[in-house]
Formats: sequence, C-alpha cells, structure tokens
Amino acid sequence: MTSPDVTTGAITWPDALYDLLRKANVTQFAYVPDAGHRVLIDRSLADPDVHSIALTTEEEGISLLAGADLGGARGVLMMQSSGAGNCINMLSLTKGGRFPLLMLISMRGEFGEGNPWQFPMGQAVKPVLEAMGVIVLTASHPDEVIEVASAGLTMAFQSGEAVAVLLSQRLIGAKKFA
Amino acid sequence: MARPQHLQVNPLPTTVLDRRDIIPLLIEKPEDFLCVGGLAGAAQELTAIANDAPYVYALAGAMGAATTMALGLALAQPDKRVLCVTGDGELLMNLGSLATIALMNPPNLTIICVDNGHYGETGNQDSHTGFGVDLATIAGGCGIPAVLTINTMDDLPEGRRLVREGNGLAFILLRVKEGKPLNNGRLMQPAVGRTRFREHLLGHA
Repeated sequence: MTSPDVTTGAITWPDALYDLLRKANVTQFAYVPDAGHRVLIDRSLADPDVHSIALTTEEEGISLLAGADLGGARGVLMMQSSGAGNCINMLSLTKGGRFPLLMLISMRGEFGEGNPWQFPMGQAVKPVLEAMGVIVLTASHPDEVIEVASAGLTMAFQSGEAVAVLLSQRLIGAKKFA
Repeated sequence: MARPQHLQVNPLPTTVLDRRDIIPLLIEKPEDFLCVGGLAGAAQELTAIANDAPYVYALAGAMGAATTMALGLALAQPDKRVLCVTGDGELLMNLGSLATIALMNPPNLTIICVDNGHYGETGNQDSHTGFGVDLATIAGGCGIPAVLTINTMDDLPEGRRLVREGNGLAFILLRVKEGKPLNNGRLMQPAVGRTRFREHLLGHA
C-alpha cells in the first residue's frame, strides 16, 4: 500500500514512513496539522483501517494516546515544533503512568528558518521534552527517516518509553518567506 | 478595577442536588463501563462507587486529560461503553477537547461533567461555571449530538437513559451544590493504574 512518486516511481520517505507505522500496527493517527505531515495525515484520512484524529491543541494527543494504550491500541502524535510546548504538563500522565508514546515533530525555528517567531520554541523543543523524560531522536536526511522512526517505534512500543522523532527543516525544507 | 463578574445572560437555576446522592443513582452500575475519572472529585467518586475496581482509571494530575483519554479508549474499544466523569474545572481547561470528540463522534462514549461551580480540590475557589458559564451550551455548539443538563431529580430518568441506553455520543452536565465528593481514597500510582486496567481488559499488562 505505497504511493509511488508520480515523476520518478520511487517511494518517498513520507509514504514509506506511513507504511512503517501501519506495519507496526499503529491505528490512531492524531495531529494538529502541519505541512510537514501532509502525506501522513492524508494517508490516515484515506485509510479505512485507522482512526484519523484532528486535535485542537497538541496536549489532547498526549492523553488521547494514553487512553488508546489503556484500550490496547497504538497511536502516533504528529505536530509542528511550536506544539511541543503545549504538551509539557500533560506529559506528567505519560511519565507517571509509564505509557508508551511516539511523537513525530516537524521542525521550525532551526536549519534555514526565515521567520523569527519560530526560533524560541523551535530551539527549545529538545531541552523541554527531555526535561519531561521524553527521548528525542532526529532525522535530518531522507535516507535516515525509516531507520530513526523504526528505532523510535521499538523504544516506544517494545520498551514502553516516550519518544519524539524530530523531522528537521533540513529534511522537510525550510518554508520560504518573502 | 476589573474582576470576574456573574454573567447576566441566560442565568442558570440555583443548584439543589448533592453529588453524593445523584452520581451513584446516575451511573448505577459502573461495572458496565470502562471508566476514566478526571481529577479530583470525579476520580474519587468513581473510585468510591466502583470500590476501587481496575476498570476505573483515576487521574490525580494531568489536568484536562480525562475527556481525550476517554476518546482514545473509546476508539480502541468500540465494543465497550466508555464513561468519562470529569469536573467543571478540568473541562474548562480543555474545552477544545469537546470539539475534537464531536468530530470523531464515538457512539460508545458518554461524558458526565460534575459541575459544582468551584475548584473543590484547591480551596473551593469559584470556577467560571460558578459565574454562569454554561458547559452544556458549549458541548452542543461543538456538535455533540445528545446534550442534557441535570438540575433536579426530575432530570434523572433522562440522564439514566442516556448513560445506560444511549446509542451515541452524549454529554451530561450534572449541576450540583458545593460539597465534598464520595471519597474512600484512590490509587495514587498512575503506572499501577495502567497495569491493572490493561490486565483487566486485555489479559496482559
């Protein structure tokens, strides 16, 4: 169930990442929309075998996925880096309850950023998540996304850790500002 | 100088119900549900009426978690009925969750908001609902298909019907007087709560 790139026929990393998550039996895809997650969100909306859950704020996803785990289901929480700060106190539930958690965070405010508003939170994502006990992994190149995401899946759902995979602006491309 | 004012639009009736009486009557048999109880009175009350059973996940922190936690559970367990009991203070912290839940519209989820108009756990300060904010109107505006306000015992039969026979997503605003919840203590170890809930439901941790 992969969607080949129309021009080259190659499987692009976002499609490969979606396939990887589905193979790992992830069935709840929760998100506050971001351009960096467009393929994952669209594929979850088109997939009759998963729940695609639009959130009003990122912290809803932390508790949602804890509830999914109580019910024996696996999920992933997708957000832009600006949403990481919205999750901080809710991660008390994840750490205190030892709930597994996998977050995918499309980065702003770092490599090549042209909007100064994005820097304070973008630069703080790693230290604030780590302060709440979340293990932070980073993918910066297309050829390492699957390896890094696979590591995150194992750490979350086999070892029961809270893991964030940062998708860097080097990977997804810096947004252009005039 | 500015300070919170009692709202003058659509004033709500004075509260008459005692939560210790009405909640056991409304829920009746908690064992028929998978339950999530928000901090603090709601979790204490659910724990008390369920006699600290493993199918109740009782929160004592992570304020705002209960509604979406119940949503994730309801989506994961479509063949079980899920009951979320939260309070006005907690729900005010996460009003957007009602919009999220309405869009997903899980037919097996009922949310009861025990609204005493106060932050009972922190010294009984007035909450926004105590000044007149109507959470049932907000739930209806979010698009939750069945919304009921319970003000008196006369409203109880309809509430029991929604909880027990409802075939769809429902929100019940249970307006009660100030006063302590039923409380025989609750599990304060969140990881133990997770393990015993999953063992009860799934047969493994």
